[in-house]
Amino acid sequence: MARISAGVGTSHVPAIGVALDLGKSGEPYWQPIFAGYEPTKAWIAREKPDVIILVYNDHASSFSLEVIPTFAIGCAAEYPPADEGWGARAVPPVEGHPELAWHMAQSLILDEFDMTIVNKMDVDHGLTVPLSLIFGQVESWPCRVVPLAVNVIQYPPPTGHRCYSLGKAIRRAVESFEDELNVVILGTGGLSHQLQGTRAGLINPDWDKAFLDGLTRDPDGLARIPHIDYVREAGSEGIEMVMWLIMRGALDAKVDELYRFYHVPASSTAVGHIVLANRGDRV
Amino acid sequence: MTESSFEDIPGTTLFDGRMSRIGYHLNMFCMSLIKVENRAAFKANEASYLDRFLLTADQRRAVLERRWNDMLDMGGNVYYLAKLAATDGLPVVHLSAGMANLSPEDYARMMIGGGRRIDGNRSKRG
Repeated sequence: MARISAGVGTSHVPAIGVALDLGKSGEPYWQPIFAGYEPTKAWIAREKPDVIILVYNDHASSFSLEVIPTFAIGCAAEYPPADEGWGARAVPPVEGHPELAWHMAQSLILDEFDMTIVNKMDVDHGLTVPLSLIFGQVESWPCRVVPLAVNVIQYPPPTGHRCYSLGKAIRRAVESFEDELNVVILGTGGLSHQLQGTRAGLINPDWDKAFLDGLTRDPDGLARIPHIDYVREAGSEGIEMVMWLIMRGALDAKVDELYRFYHVPASSTAVGHIVLANRGDRV
Repeated sequence: MTESSFEDIPGTTLFDGRMSRIGYHLNMFCMSLIKVENRAAFKANEASYLDRFLLTADQRRAVLERRWNDMLDMGGNVYYLAKLAATDGLPVVHLSAGMANLSPEDYARMMIGGGRRIDGNRSKRG
C-alpha cells in the first residue's frame, strides 16, 4: 500500500522563485534563506518520495473569481507553470499522478469531503516555489505531484479544523491505494505576513513560533484557532497557514520534528519551514 | 465571529463576499493581464483597454492613477492587483509599500528590521 512517511511545512513566497530564477540566491539578502533549506534538500534526497501531495493555494492564476473551489485536487498527467503577470517561471512542468489523484478524489468524496476535480490547471508560485526550495534547480522534478489547491484568498477559507480533518481523510485515502508508494505531504503558505492595506508588512514572530511548536506538539489545539485570530495576529495573508493543518492532519498524532527554520524577511513575509516525520514510518 | 470584529483590525480589508461583489470587474480586469497579449494591449492604450470591463468611473480612475489603497477600498484584491503591478514591471512588495504609504526603500528597511510590529497593530482600540 501507499504510505505517508513525512510532512513538510514551508512558505511559498513568489520573490524566492524570482531570486532563484534570476541567479540571486547567493546575494546576502537571499543567501540565508536558501542556506536554511539545505538540510531539507539533503533529507528529501535521502527520503526519495515517489509522490508529493502538495497543498497550496492558487493566486489568481488558474482560478479567478469566476469559480472559487474551496478544495480542488489535480488529477491531470501534467501541469505547466503559470504566467502570473511577469511570464511563466522557467521551471520544469510538474508531472502528476492521475491514478493516485483519482483514487484520492473518490475516497475523499465518499469520505464526505466534496472535492473539486481538476483535469487542466497551470500551477503558480504557490506550488513551484516549494518544489524549488526542496529540490533546487533541476532539469525535471524528481517525483510526481498531486496538487491540492485550497481557497485562502476569498473569505472565508475553510476552517483550520476542516483542513485538519481533510488531512486525516487524505491519509485514509493514501493508505487505501494498493501500489507501494512513499508519499510526502507538503503544506505551504505563510507564515505571518500582510501584503495589503496600511498594516502591510506585519510580522509576528511570537505567533509564528507558537504555530510551529503547536504543529509538532499540539495540532488539535491549533485546529481550534478561529479565522479572526489568524487575520489579527498573523496578517490578512497569514491565514494561508490553515493549509499547514491539512499536512499535519495526514501525519501520526505524535511525530518527530526533524528540522525547523525561520527567517524574516523574504519580501513581505516570514519564511517558516518545518519537517515532521511519522514515528512508525521513519527510515 | 462577526464581520464587525474583523473591522476592528486596523489597516486591513477583509476580502469577503461584499468586497468581492464590489470588486468583481476590477479584479477580472487585473486577471486578464496574465495573458501577454492583453498586457501589450493595456500598455498600448490603457483607457481603451479598460473599456472592455465594467468598471465604475471611480475604479477606472484609480486604476489609471495607480491609487492602490483606493483600488483596495473599491473591492480590489491584492493578488489580483499584483497582476497590474507586474504589468508595470513592479513586484508585489512595491504594491505593499504603496499601500503602507511608504517608499519602497523605507518599506524594505522596515522588513529587514523585522517587519511591522504586532504590538499596537492588533486593534483599532489600541
